[in-house]
Amino acid sequence: MDISVNSATDIVSIQNLSFSRGDRKIFNNISLSIPRGKITAIMGPSGTGKTTLLKLIGGQIHPDQGSVIVDNHNVHKLKRTDLYTLRKRMGMLFQSGALLTDINVFDNVALPLREHTRLSDSMIRSLVLIKLQAVGLRGARDLMPNELSGGMARRVALARAIALDPMMIMYDEPFTGQDPISLGTIVELINDLNSALGLSSIIVSHDIEETVSIADYIYILSEGKIAGQGTPEQIKNLDSAWVQQFMNGDADGPVPFHYPADDYLKDLFES
Amino acid sequence: MTQFFQRLGHSTLSSFAKLGRGSFFLMQILKATLSVIPRPRLLINQLYSVGVLSFLIISISGLFVGMVLGLQGFYILSDFGAEETLGMMVAASLVRELGPVVAALLFAGRAGSALTAEIGLMKATEQLSGMEMMAIDPIKRIIAPRLLAGFISMPLLAALFSAIGVLGGHMVGVGLLGVDDGSYWSQMQAGIDFQDDIINGIIKSIIFGFAVSWIALFEGYDAIPTSEGVSRATTRTVVNSAFTILGLDFILTALMFGDI
Ligand SMILES: Nc1ncnc2c1ncn2[C@@H]1O[C@H](COP(=O)(O)OP(=O)(O)O)[C@@H](O)[C@H]1O
Ligand SMILES: [Mg+2]
Repeated sequence: MDISVNSATDIVSIQNLSFSRGDRKIFNNISLSIPRGKITAIMGPSGTGKTTLLKLIGGQIHPDQGSVIVDNHNVHKLKRTDLYTLRKRMGMLFQSGALLTDINVFDNVALPLREHTRLSDSMIRSLVLIKLQAVGLRGARDLMPNELSGGMARRVALARAIALDPMMIMYDEPFTGQDPISLGTIVELINDLNSALGLSSIIVSHDIEETVSIADYIYILSEGKIAGQGTPEQIKNLDSAWVQQFMNGDADGPVPFHYPADDYLKDLFES
Repeated sequence: MTQFFQRLGHSTLSSFAKLGRGSFFLMQILKATLSVIPRPRLLINQLYSVGVLSFLIISISGLFVGMVLGLQGFYILSDFGAEETLGMMVAASLVRELGPVVAALLFAGRAGSALTAEIGLMKATEQLSGMEMMAIDPIKRIIAPRLLAGFISMPLLAALFSAIGVLGGHMVGVGLLGVDDGSYWSQMQAGIDFQDDIINGIIKSIIFGFAVSWIALFEGYDAIPTSEGVSRATTRTVVNSAFTILGLDFILTALMFGDI
């Protein structure tokens, strides 16, 4: 399953990637590509390594084998300064938001601008307000991160991720733990940003309904391999018991409900 | 038996590995210290939370230690009819030993543990990862200003401790026990040597401040990013700092005052 690099259409291309933590193989020779300008979802149960995959794409951890090409650069062969230059064009939305807790909302969004540009203070102020307006939180600029609800924190983090106008955004579990209203807000924001700013988006998630509703293409990971891929329509009709169990959320199936154990009756009446 | 040696070997290896990571971490910080210069605000904020917020505990402890020294010193010295030299004794004990050592132990408990918990929680809440992904080096922006702040604050806090201790000794010795005020100060002036006592005391506290800040920051940075991991790292900071301070104190004292 060798995917040829097509840098004109693909913003990220992962080839023959393997990665282990201790004895456990998190990825076993996987290849996938993320097209430009689209929303691509990577799904899988908790603990399959979705966050790990994003960290590999961002160059925070190194693979045991294989390569990750982002916008024509082999991430793990770059010099540190070049990697940092590349990262300025990759936004990442962490599961927890990862806002700095000792500065307020405004300063959090201003941080990448202050660190990486020489814009004047008034220019930075305008840019920050524009980004905060885009996520609907211009009025919350003076709040501290601990005064925000989970959904608001994630939106501030989103404003911060788009502060430098990146070419792509990676969303780590953007829907998890949101109330219905902020869920709807986030789904709409991801969609809007993708079409309005011409971004490429990678969504990592196990929330099926929301992900299926906005993704253009879906990869499903399981036990270090790609268990299925295709457009949402194709996935729904995929002929794989495991994928169907995952997509329908069935308790029992190829993934058993019970953690491996001895025979129940024997266990009960032992001793 | 083999199991014992296996475990011994394993823990030896992992402590060496940790020492290696710690040294590498220190090198990264030292390389990053210059980047603090264009961002003085970061340093000032840390000087406040590492240094200024330790003022109270250092002052109160200094006062009590000085008062005890005045009391104990008076009982011993008066046996020899030498209570006039109380000022000298109190000041020498403080400036040479107790100031740097006790202030550093308090600093490890007050500021070191706070640094470890702060950095560990920043790691657990992905703040450090988040900065890296924004192409901002957390070593430059978070770690280096804190190391510098610890390095600058420690000698000042130790000096504060000694100065208040001398006043505490005066309160007890002169105020309560009737030692002559003039001889308390003049004996001190005559007996304390600038080079031998004061400079050496300052050198000690600079080294302690550096060591404690390094240990605290490294334990936080190296912590397992869970609540349990951060809590263990905080404990390790206080314990390892105490050992390091006391061990270094012996070595430094031997080099400075002894003829070993
Ligand atoms: N820093 C780490 N050290 C050791 N194991 C880790 C670390 N981070 C994640 N893991 C393990 O790697 C696996 C994949 O984690 P992760 O990528 O976070 O999964 P997901 O995001 O799909 O839930 C999990 O089993 C997790 O326990
Ligand atoms: Mg995850």
